Amino acid sequence: MTLRSYLDSLEHHFEKGGKHEKWYALYEAVDTFFYRPRLVTRTTAHVRDGLDLKRMMITVWLCTFPAMFFGMWNVGYQANTILAGSSELMAAQQDWQIGLIGMLAGFDPGSVWDNFVHGAAYFLPIYLVTFVVGGAWEVLFASIRRHEVNEGFFVTSVLFALTCPPSVPLWQVALGISFGVVIGKEVFGGTGKNFLNPALTGRAFMFFAYPAQMSGDAVWTAVDGYTGATPLANAAAGGVDQIVSGGVSWMSAFLGTIHGSVGETSALAILIGGGVLLIMKIASWRIVLGVMIGMIAMSLLFNAIGSDTNPMFAMPWYWHLVVGGFAFGMMFMATDPVSASMTNTGKWIFGAFIGIMVVLIRVVNPAFPEGMMLAILFGNLCAPLIDHFVVQANIKRRLARNV
Amino acid sequence: MEHYISLFVRSVFIENMALAFFLGMCTFIAISKKVETAIGLGIAVIVVQTITVPANNLIYTWLLRDGALAWAGLPDVDLSFLGLLSYIGVIAAIVQILEMLLDKFVPSLYNALGVFLPLITVNCAIMAGSLFMVERDYNLAESTVYGIGSGASWALAIALLAGIREKLKYSDVPEGLQGLGITFITIGLMSLGFMSFSGVQL
Repeated sequence: MTLRSYLDSLEHHFEKGGKHEKWYALYEAVDTFFYRPRLVTRTTAHVRDGLDLKRMMITVWLCTFPAMFFGMWNVGYQANTILAGSSELMAAQQDWQIGLIGMLAGFDPGSVWDNFVHGAAYFLPIYLVTFVVGGAWEVLFASIRRHEVNEGFFVTSVLFALTCPPSVPLWQVALGISFGVVIGKEVFGGTGKNFLNPALTGRAFMFFAYPAQMSGDAVWTAVDGYTGATPLANAAAGGVDQIVSGGVSWMSAFLGTIHGSVGETSALAILIGGGVLLIMKIASWRIVLGVMIGMIAMSLLFNAIGSDTNPMFAMPWYWHLVVGGFAFGMMFMATDPVSASMTNTGKWIFGAFIGIMVVLIRVVNPAFPEGMMLAILFGNLCAPLIDHFVVQANIKRRLARNV
Repeated sequence: MEHYISLFVRSVFIENMALAFFLGMCTFIAISKKVETAIGLGIAVIVVQTITVPANNLIYTWLLRDGALAWAGLPDVDLSFLGLLSYIGVIAAIVQILEMLLDKFVPSLYNALGVFLPLITVNCAIMAGSLFMVERDYNLAESTVYGIGSGASWALAIALLAGIREKLKYSDVPEGLQGLGITFITIGLMSLGFMSFSGVQL
């Protein structure tokens, strides 16, 4: 029996009046995951966007794969490099993952397989918890509120998991994604009706609720008992020179062989995935370009102003691009079609605004070494107002033309 | 000059009246359904704050503060217990004048604001502006800047909220949360966004 006929044979249980009527949303989600939806969208799927949302979200999900696989390898590579250098740390590791990795692979930083398994042993549990907990909320709301389980959740879950540090406790992951999905999205009625990016809402919740693990001052690594400063914390203390003397060159930050959240380290892998999104016109090039221009302009301005006490002023724009979550946020978070500005002019302003804000937070706010997440959240807040003014300006211009 | 700029930026973003101190909530929620009205009210708040904070500063410095009456030959008199009373009186008078001016010159805004312009009198954000000014010991120039800044912070917050609420018209909020409930959640999430400024040192 093929999967299609199996699903068909089950369908009558889930339709109106069937015995599992309540679970229709779940059935529908499984069905449309494997096959094309039977009911093709006739009008616009979204209030202001005509693209089929399901396929669009799946594409975004696939485009995070370069960053995700590279991230898994990198988590393992970083951990194995540390462990190879110190047998004491190796003996002190208590995590359950260590035994598992020992069974499947070794701890050799030179072996791609060992690194990959090591990273996967840390990343996959995070992703699994995100997916199961967030998915449970999604299905619960979908069944009770009778909307469909949207693929938007695939994107939310993978983006959320990729912004988590590999060492994060799993219960925090569960809480964070719950907050993101329920408060950030479902209370507004589900995908397309929220005003903040749900993945970032959950991440910001974790950031403020558990600052000890999340502040971003110390590196995130999969090894217990190892600490070091992040490139951004180094930059805040001593500028670019201190990043380089901390063992991170521009090239390694660009390629991504540095410590950090699972998906954010490699600007290269992110740009590959993001490039695909741009070519397929899913991510708005206006926003991406706007963020770049805003960031470059603001960091050049700070370079020109200069400061004796704050070495961050002197950080050039190409360093801002590769460290921290800038590239990831620009490609995957800022371009979220729901929470960004909707109008074309608005997208330029929205992007530039985020670019300016991120440099501003990084440079003048000593409380937060990383500014991308907060800059995008703030941009999301302003997006509706930006749209409002753009629309008003258009109305005024047309009225003036037709007098 | 730099001191005043940093005071202004701090009062707009870091110590935002509505989103960091949660002051003036009643008008903040009631008048934020439409962007135009919200901006109108925001401007009214900026104007009222810009006038009342320095006015109250003058009254505090020359009449109420301990020893303020030295110029009248009464160096031992401390009238600061009259503070609340006088600030409210000054605010009420100024709002009354503003209302008459709006009625005369901008009737459309006057009608849009309706009963809420007189309500600014008892808006806690306005009162808080004067009280913060006393507590932080601002001088006249500082309190003018602070008045503009704190008014602008409230205006910015209500304009942003109105934009978001106009967008949320298309959302599908669960029955129990419709209206006020979702607005409170929205405001909470907005102040999460404003947390990006907390900790900025100027």
